[in-house]
Amino acid sequence: MNYFRARFNAISQYPSAIFGTSIILFLIIVAIYALVTIPRSEAIRLWRGGDEIWAESPRYAVPKWVNILPGVNLPVTQVLSTVTTPEYKTVSDFTSGIAESRVEIPFDFTANAFPKEVSIFAQGVSDRSRPYVSITWITPDGREIFLLDGTVGSNESYRLRTNRTLIRRLGNVNPEVGLLAKPGSVDIPLKGTYTLVVDGLLFEEESSFDVKLVVYGQAHGLAGTDHRRRDLSVALLYGTPIALAFGFLAAVGTTITTMMIAAIGVWFGGWIDGLIQRVTEVNLILPVLPLLIMVGTFYSRNIWVMLGILILLGIFSAGIKTYRAMFLPIKESPYIEAARGYGASSYRIVFLYMIPRVIPVLVPSFVLLIPSYVFLEATLALLGLGDPVLPTWGKVLSDAYSDGALFKGYYYWVLQPAGLLMLTGLGFAMLGFALDRIFNPRLRGL
Amino acid sequence: MANELQPVHRTPNPLQSKQWSDTFRRIAKYSVQRLVVLFITVVIGLYITVLIANQGGYVDQIRKAQIRESVGQMMAVNPEVQRLTQSQIIDIQQREIALEEERLGLHLPFALRSVMYLQQAITLNLGNAEYMTSDSGSRRVRNIILERLAPTLVLFLTANLILFGSAILIALFLSRRYGSFLDRAVVALTPTSAAPSWFYGMFLILLFSALWRMMPFGGMVAAPPPSGIHYYFSVAKHLVLPIAAIFLGAIFQSVYSWRTFFLIYSSEDYVEMAKAKGMTSSMIERRYVLKPTLPTIITSFALTLIYAWQGQIILETVFNWPGLGRLLYQAIGFNDIPIVVGSTVIFAYLLAITVFLLDIIYALVDPRVKVGNGGARA
Repeated sequence: MNYFRARFNAISQYPSAIFGTSIILFLIIVAIYALVTIPRSEAIRLWRGGDEIWAESPRYAVPKWVNILPGVNLPVTQVLSTVTTPEYKTVSDFTSGIAESRVEIPFDFTANAFPKEVSIFAQGVSDRSRPYVSITWITPDGREIFLLDGTVGSNESYRLRTNRTLIRRLGNVNPEVGLLAKPGSVDIPLKGTYTLVVDGLLFEEESSFDVKLVVYGQAHGLAGTDHRRRDLSVALLYGTPIALAFGFLAAVGTTITTMMIAAIGVWFGGWIDGLIQRVTEVNLILPVLPLLIMVGTFYSRNIWVMLGILILLGIFSAGIKTYRAMFLPIKESPYIEAARGYGASSYRIVFLYMIPRVIPVLVPSFVLLIPSYVFLEATLALLGLGDPVLPTWGKVLSDAYSDGALFKGYYYWVLQPAGLLMLTGLGFAMLGFALDRIFNPRLRGL
Repeated sequence: MANELQPVHRTPNPLQSKQWSDTFRRIAKYSVQRLVVLFITVVIGLYITVLIANQGGYVDQIRKAQIRESVGQMMAVNPEVQRLTQSQIIDIQQREIALEEERLGLHLPFALRSVMYLQQAITLNLGNAEYMTSDSGSRRVRNIILERLAPTLVLFLTANLILFGSAILIALFLSRRYGSFLDRAVVALTPTSAAPSWFYGMFLILLFSALWRMMPFGGMVAAPPPSGIHYYFSVAKHLVLPIAAIFLGAIFQSVYSWRTFFLIYSSEDYVEMAKAKGMTSSMIERRYVLKPTLPTIITSFALTLIYAWQGQIILETVFNWPGLGRLLYQAIGFNDIPIVVGSTVIFAYLLAITVFLLDIIYALVDPRVKVGNGGARA
């Protein structure tokens, strides 16, 4: 125990180790938070679900926190619905086969930029005759702009962007610009309270309709959205436990098995040692990434299958030679001689006497291995071999890359997952290098 | 043995020419040995590749699909066949396919077939691609792959030579100024090498291409390709960012490890002795530091290069470099199995060739091989 206390004291003297450890702790806390708040099925649903999940988010929105920056005032998404706020709606009595229903949805607009899009969704309830509505837009300075009219089915969505006649009437500008711009301008939005007015006629006693106005913001969610309106914060959050688990398991899997095999080879010597050496030499020039790619293409892209293959290919790695060099003098040391003298079994000598001796040397290289596997997951995802269902950092990067995010200027889309990857890499690398100096005293002076 | 242990080329010596030919013979012998071992290794590696690829019967499927296609084409252009009834045509087609399958050995047991596939993989004789074509229009897997080889080698060799050379120079420089601000800065920056080169590539693209518009986003030449000398300028310009990415991704780690290595060797007694004799530091470095460390440096360089091949695949994808890595990426996208297998095979070859070339260089500098009082390397 004293040994570890001394080591711990040594670690606390390296600022980089403390810094690295705090980054790792932060990531672990985020990972636990993600696992607790978003169950696996929910994460998959949020990431892969259909329209009903994404309908209220804009495409390519920057993260909300951008608005904290000085001079930036981007609109955020506003969703106003008569379902959640019935006060918007007034319905007259049903007389002589007709009733009037009027919806007035007011909303404040204070941003310095235009929204991404404006859409109106309507759900009508009717038996035979659908409700008929006429939708008008009233600006803060009192102008009334007619948007559209028509009957309302059970599920209607009017994306104003696709309304050609409206665009023409607004002077060939996109509706979200034309409806919100100051009169005579196309680049300054008019601030104030807008009202969406829906005048409807109901032809049945039980008939009704609900309206939802979505003013898509340029900023949305904690991490922005991608080309499919998905909230990136889901992937970034849920990607944390996956990245850590992948990196940790791969590092554990390869280092421990590698060390055991090296110890067994050294202890038994002879043809076993020779065989291990030869297998290592073959394995060393196997193209690992192309083989992984082949497995991904032909069999399964499940992240845990990939992990298994990675560990299998990583067992007979260059590490075997390093560990072998460490075990050779240990095998000849007096305490092993003594153990042999009192008749300890080979199993006992290898696993209880030899392996524990090199564990201190193993720890730093183990910590240093973790980030390289975290990056490997991202590499595989970037090649299109990411897990088919789980949201991961690599898959966000991959989507951004294939959508040309850098070319189109959606920097947040690349920078956020890249930043998280870098944070992980930095945390483990800083701790690992500090540990390397502590556990390998020969390096301490250098 | 006695004369072999003498310094090899320090003083003019009547035995010198004999020793030179001796050395040459030993290096040649060593190289041939390594070549044989490596070839066996590659064969084993390729056999594993074939087994993985065929576990789901994919190679068989490729063969059968090709046979069906060629038989179908043959029937389509044959006017004799057109006159027959539908059932007769199908009959003939089935018979032709069966014959062809037998000719190609598809009826043999898997153990035999796998050896056959292995032989085809070794010669890169992988038939036709399913969807992709080479730029010159060929559908042969071998043509498609060989066409992409040159861009990959250009990028890989330039980048790694620059990396290797500058890492050694910087490491030597820092080991002389051990403890200085620069030295400590490099040590502090070492953790940045945890990120792979494509990661830096993305940032370089963001800065130099997207924000400042100084460099191209990717590709190998401008479109349309300029002619004459401007072609090479254009390629050079497109090379800058990928090389910078490879450089940034590995430089601090390599400088750190070599600097540490040099420091350990420069504290040896014989170096102190040389210093006491008043030799210049560049002479000390060349004779007493670089010389004993060179074999180890080359070994570690070999390992770096092996990992660099993995990095190359994804770097080419990020930079749209028309090399083997990008080919592999495209083949995954198209699910073009012959190309995926072929790329794996060519990467196995490239790794083996890298190791072999470094082995020869190793033999040239390793005294155990050169002077001949040791066996093969451990």
